[in-house]
Amino acid sequence: MTKKNKKIMAVLLLLVCLIAVIPLFAIKGAEFGGSDDAGSQMISEIRGAEYEPWFTPVFETMIGGELPGEVESLLFCLQTGIGVGVLAFFMGRFVERKKWQDK
Amino acid sequence: MSKKEKSIMKLATAFAMAFGIIPSAYAMHIMEGYLPSGYCIAWGAICVPFLAAGFFSIKKSLRENRKSITILAMSGAFIFVISSLKIPSVTGSCSHMTGTGLGAILFGPSAVSILGIIVLIFQAILLAHGGLTTLGANTFSMAIAGPFVSFGIYKLCRSLKVNKLVSVFLAAMLGDLFTYCVTSIQLAFAYPSEVGGVGASAIKFLSVFAPTQLPLAIIEGILTAVIIMALETYALPELKSMGFSKEVG
Repeated sequence: MTKKNKKIMAVLLLLVCLIAVIPLFAIKGAEFGGSDDAGSQMISEIRGAEYEPWFTPVFETMIGGELPGEVESLLFCLQTGIGVGVLAFFMGRFVERKKWQDK
Repeated sequence: MSKKEKSIMKLATAFAMAFGIIPSAYAMHIMEGYLPSGYCIAWGAICVPFLAAGFFSIKKSLRENRKSITILAMSGAFIFVISSLKIPSVTGSCSHMTGTGLGAILFGPSAVSILGIIVLIFQAILLAHGGLTTLGANTFSMAIAGPFVSFGIYKLCRSLKVNKLVSVFLAAMLGDLFTYCVTSIQLAFAYPSEVGGVGASAIKFLSVFAPTQLPLAIIEGILTAVIIMALETYALPELKSMGFSKEVG
């Protein structure tokens, strides 16, 4: 990777962090709920009545209630973990391979 | 595509048009039970030909080029990571990205439908995020419509001689945004507003999703461009053999 590319990459990644973090500080006291929930509120607004989903997630039926927040974050982490694992594994191989080839 | 595959494709298309069964329609952000069953079935049916095409397209690229499996796995993993990160946005609510742009640019849009549906099923079953009944609608918006737009924009930008990284950025960003537009329209069809009908309703849903999604779409564009930069540096042989990188990096 050329020096110029490295610089571009660093700047871009910094930008990503800024975009992600700034709202957290800029809007104090906001809830930061999911935009999915905002969507369902909109449905109620358009229909003028609370909407009753006609199907509950299979997993929630099985455990008989809502998925606990902690467990949900565990599963989300699992998803991220699987993804990062695969990405890092292959990227690591590519980086090593290039090192050997360049020699 | 072989003869057998072609006939299977035809069958799938006919199946989709005639019956539109497969009630497991799941849209990216439409929650479980929030779409009337008719819509679930219809969206699910529409996805079937795309999924079949995607399956064959993946098979073909792997047959022609066994090595590309690593890049395919990475594209899938990218969707996994990106779509699991909920990021706070300027509107004070959180949303997440789709991550489908990378795969669409590298492997073409239909291949991504398979990668996307894997993620969607994972989230629907384990996370109660999206849902099995809305799987079809969500697949259509996130794993079909978005990637097709990404792919189209990328090709367009390249033919206009736009810088490669800029093209990647634009493709991923607009694909992400388009996913949410499609979601809004899908919701609007199911819940037309009393005054103004589907159109007014679509605008209402868009006004919820679009401002939240815009900064995230920019992040997605940047991340996709960064990944492409990294791949071009370290995995050039693979990208070349896939016909993605022609010039020597």
